[in-house]
Amino acid sequence: MIPGQFDYVRPGNLDETLRILKDREGEAKLLSGGYSLIPLIKLRLAQPALLVDLRDVGGLDGITMTDDYLSIGARATHRQIHEAPIVRDTYLLLHDVTATIGDPQVRNWGTIGGSVAHADPASDWPAVLIAAGATIVCRSQTGDRSIPARDFFLDTFQTAIEPTEVLTEIRMPRRPKGTGGAYEKLERKVGDFATAGVAAIVRLGTDGHITSAGIGVTGLAYAPFAATDAEEVLSGNAPSDALFRHAGAAAAAQSSPVGDVRGPIEYKRAMAAELTLRALRRATERALAYA
Amino acid sequence: MTTEAEPRTSAAIGGMGHSVKRKEDPRFIRGKGEYIDDFNLPGQLWLDIVRSPYAHATIKGIDATEALKIPGVLAVITGADLEKAGLHWMPTLAGDKQMVLPTDTVMYQAQEVAAVIATTKYIAADGVAAVTVDYEPLPVIVDPHKAMEADAFVLRPDRGPDKQTNHIWHWESGDRAAADAAIAAAEVTVSEDIYIPRIHVASIETCGCVADWNAVRGQLTLHMTSQAPHAIRTVLALVAGLPEQNIRVITHDIGGGFGGKVPVYPGYVLAVVASLTVGKPVKWIEDRSENLQADSFARDYHIHAELSATKEGKITGLKVKTLADHGYTDAAADPSKFPAGLFNVITGSYDFPDAFVEVDGVYTNKPPGGVAYRCSFRVTEAVHAIERMVDILAHDIGKDPAQLRMENFIQPEQFPYKTPTGWSYDSGNYGRALQLAMDTIDYAGLRREQAEKRERGELMGIGICSFTEIVGAGPSHDFDIIGLKMNDGVSIRVHPTGKVHAYISSQTQGQGHETTYAQIIAEELGFPVQDIKIEYGDTDTAPYGLGTYGSRSTPTSGAAASMASRKILAKSRTLAAHLLEASEDDLEWEPGKFSVKGSPDRFKTIQEIAFAAYTNFPQGMEMGLEAVDYYDPPNLTFPFGSYICVVDIDKGTGRVNIRRFVAIDDCGNIINPMIVDGQIHGGLNMGLAPALYEEITYDELGNNMAGTFMDYLLPTAVESPAWETGKTTTPSPHHPIGAKGVGESATVGAPPAIANAVVDALWHLGVRNIDIPITPQKVWAILHEKGLA
Amino acid sequence: MSTQHISVTVNGEAHEADVEPRLLLVHFLRDNLGLTGTHVGCDTSNCGACTIHVNGESAKSCTMLAVQADGRELKTIEGMATEPTLHPLQQAFWDQHGLQCGFCTPGMIMQAAWLLDDNPAPSEAEIREGISGNLCRCTGYVNIVKAIQQAAGEMAAAAETQTAGTAPVAAG
Repeated sequence: MIPGQFDYVRPGNLDETLRILKDREGEAKLLSGGYSLIPLIKLRLAQPALLVDLRDVGGLDGITMTDDYLSIGARATHRQIHEAPIVRDTYLLLHDVTATIGDPQVRNWGTIGGSVAHADPASDWPAVLIAAGATIVCRSQTGDRSIPARDFFLDTFQTAIEPTEVLTEIRMPRRPKGTGGAYEKLERKVGDFATAGVAAIVRLGTDGHITSAGIGVTGLAYAPFAATDAEEVLSGNAPSDALFRHAGAAAAAQSSPVGDVRGPIEYKRAMAAELTLRALRRATERALAYA
Repeated sequence: MTTEAEPRTSAAIGGMGHSVKRKEDPRFIRGKGEYIDDFNLPGQLWLDIVRSPYAHATIKGIDATEALKIPGVLAVITGADLEKAGLHWMPTLAGDKQMVLPTDTVMYQAQEVAAVIATTKYIAADGVAAVTVDYEPLPVIVDPHKAMEADAFVLRPDRGPDKQTNHIWHWESGDRAAADAAIAAAEVTVSEDIYIPRIHVASIETCGCVADWNAVRGQLTLHMTSQAPHAIRTVLALVAGLPEQNIRVITHDIGGGFGGKVPVYPGYVLAVVASLTVGKPVKWIEDRSENLQADSFARDYHIHAELSATKEGKITGLKVKTLADHGYTDAAADPSKFPAGLFNVITGSYDFPDAFVEVDGVYTNKPPGGVAYRCSFRVTEAVHAIERMVDILAHDIGKDPAQLRMENFIQPEQFPYKTPTGWSYDSGNYGRALQLAMDTIDYAGLRREQAEKRERGELMGIGICSFTEIVGAGPSHDFDIIGLKMNDGVSIRVHPTGKVHAYISSQTQGQGHETTYAQIIAEELGFPVQDIKIEYGDTDTAPYGLGTYGSRSTPTSGAAASMASRKILAKSRTLAAHLLEASEDDLEWEPGKFSVKGSPDRFKTIQEIAFAAYTNFPQGMEMGLEAVDYYDPPNLTFPFGSYICVVDIDKGTGRVNIRRFVAIDDCGNIINPMIVDGQIHGGLNMGLAPALYEEITYDELGNNMAGTFMDYLLPTAVESPAWETGKTTTPSPHHPIGAKGVGESATVGAPPAIANAVVDALWHLGVRNIDIPITPQKVWAILHEKGLA
Repeated sequence: MSTQHISVTVNGEAHEADVEPRLLLVHFLRDNLGLTGTHVGCDTSNCGACTIHVNGESAKSCTMLAVQADGRELKTIEGMATEPTLHPLQQAFWDQHGLQCGFCTPGMIMQAAWLLDDNPAPSEAEIREGISGNLCRCTGYVNIVKAIQQAAGEMAAAAETQTAGTAPVAAG
């Protein structure tokens, strides 16, 4: 319950932050909302020497539409994202996921950047970013890097971020007409991490067939992953429950769940399939409604 | 009397039957409660505990060097230190013994190994992190069946030479031969293995204390979270060798007890030892992880039951054999004659002649306990078993489970009813409660709906539980805890200006005693509730009692309040006669005043009588108006109820959704309907939790797999149904106010109702039993096996 | 060990302190400021007993460092009543028997206050969802929901009366 000791600094801008990360490379840990990091620090599972609080670093929490993408600042809270009109009205996949992360207090303070950088293998955002083909922007003193979500989540709690970088922005591709997305999460109780979580985006062509699909899966492997076999199953075909079950089976086969307190392997694999089915149904409904 | 009567007193007086708003709430809603962590003494030090990561290991060495270098760390206490004072072991409330700190072997994961005393809680935590312990792991036993094998590692070599086994005790009740005969002769027998897993009560406030040794006065004051402060005081006197009049245990506001704050945890003893050693107050407050991983658990009963019946479903006999996993020592605070608590109430609400129950207690490498989860001394386990068996019987013979129960219930005219295991049920009307539950929920309509849904392959289930509870331990001829009889006292003093100050032995942890006891006194004497102050929790002033758990407050201490009030009423009558210059026989009493029969305008109020007790009393009468009563209940009381639960099962995920839950409870005469409802709601939630969510499991190395709230799943408001409650009223004929106790009924009745509903939904697939917690993966595995998922 | 200087406003009162960076905000409130109404119920940020408002948003004060509160406005249970008048939520919890042991109550009231600020007319489902970060062991939540409904009604009526009181008088 009581953290070990550490130093604390609260830079006033991004440049100062980057300088600190370079100077104290390996020792410094960024603090955003804190709802992932501080619990670990309290249990002494994380013992950083220096905590760098991003609280006063401005310009990192905007939610704005550009021509090509929805830009979400890394410091935007889950709730800010949930209540942004553009998300509520158009980016329903994001609206789904921001309703399920943690509990109301967590959603008031937890940020998308903090959550994504923390990369818990059962957290919700990664599945959504993978399904959507989002880009994660990281800045260092040498400039910006744009990393596709599919290349970002490397291993358990490990991402492609360098120790001298700050995750500044997440770019969700603009939602074309005929596209719909949905997130299905199975949790043991409200507020839990996902026993299994599947995000699906489906794009329908004018002939009603699926031109492309993105499926992101969390809780069912050492890191969140893209269910590429399921995506292939869907591509070019007419949506139907039978097709979705086929895709679900592919997603389940591609999962490598661990048997643990959230369930045995067989159950989790079956849930991969079930949630894929449910996510695809809803995504397709939404795609048809956004013609 | 079976109808609910109007309150006898006015709302201004607020006696029984009034939903008086709670007198204790003003401080809680303002955040001005006084819980133990809110309490601090000047100069106090902090105690934190080094705990074992291993479930079973030899301690090769404890190195506190680095810890002692930390500025502010004053001392590190180990088992070796305690051994010098003979304090390394201490008795448990079950007559066994437990370690305060080990000298050579740890016996469960998270066991206390060393204590750090420091100037602040942060430094104490640093001290704990800096102590290194060298362990040599030993074989771990987490399965009580394996613990009973002939070649099993003997976990407690400290027991006598004839007790070199992990078998703690064997206990029996009933008639084995008669039960065997009934089963052998039966037309129908059902038998089942039912496991009720270990759970943890997890009140939102954890345990803690401030131990304050005053060397100048030779006085130990122990401020602590305790549901049984007097028992703690006496135990401390016996164990620490301190004179009992110089020990004072004070409980402050308690943030939930539910049995978890009855045992004497090593942390308390360590704080006392620390304070005695350094001569300053020492504070210890455990973390949630410590609470979940080391403090007293409940359940962990492996039950095998056989129920015999005629082919029409008339029950003829019951035979039960149970293995009780107690952890490494028996620290379950059971009455001494009942090591398996009141488990032999397992014959339930049913009328049949023959039963036999046997229980064997077993040691394993887990924390000790057994009865801490609002469970009424193993009644939860008993009721779960009998209600599951009755449902299995009904489904087996194709009879509606409600109908089968109705046909087997003990009938109202049979009370007091002697059960085959020796209990005398005081009163009951089981059929009426079940009928009310069925009418409220439209049982017939639900069965029709279920049939339709089943045609379509939808899984819907209806589960019934008709429980008989047994509370209010207990009569002195049968009930004691480590020899201390379970009789409770109340003392009431009336002041000249007609205000009342009462000291009660029971210890509220949220049950609203400051209000309900005032209501009992208001009922008996007619003083308004607002004029009555209820005090408790300080062993210097509160009369002796064995504590608050097992729903025993109203049956014992509540009765004492009533009886003490009646002593005061008797003296008041004499005073009234003196004031009115009439004979006592010519006086009539209504709450709040005595009047002369036939002359209602000649009366004296109880307030006038109070004043007279100090100013105008007959020659030869002692001044004052007060009384003490220690109540020896003639019997336990038997609240009961019928619950009906409706579930829908999501075939894709296995998740169970409780669509509706109707709870009809009968706790006899009700003191405060609003508070009783609150107790039922809370109890239902603590029945829902183990039915679907909560379980403490250990892997084969004895690692606790649910040691934080991340994995020990307390239901939130989202998981919790909108409970529907109702009442019938069947007073207890032997209790002074006809009340029975209610705090644990719903925890007892809810899990079987839920389990029965799920099995009912799946019975047609060949499912007979699912052990709680009924998690989605358990249901899914069944559906998958049957080809439905 | 090095300390950080913080300036915090709590229930309208300004405080200055030098604290270790690792000091949890809940401990700062309880131990440094003596505001013991905010409680600690767990160590994994699940129970919500420590809920307060930080700049108007409900937060779990056990999951924040005191240094993160520098320059911010905090509100705790002790700041809810304008004595002798209770906040409608406090009154409603009392009226509806929405508390038993009282330990989760301050956090529950603070979260409910934030909920009603965000959504003044919540449905029952929205109330249950809104307090899903706050655990109660005693009440089974039934009367907590009723209390929040009562307070929502009273606060909405009070808001209407206020608006009506300041409505312009019709011309003519």
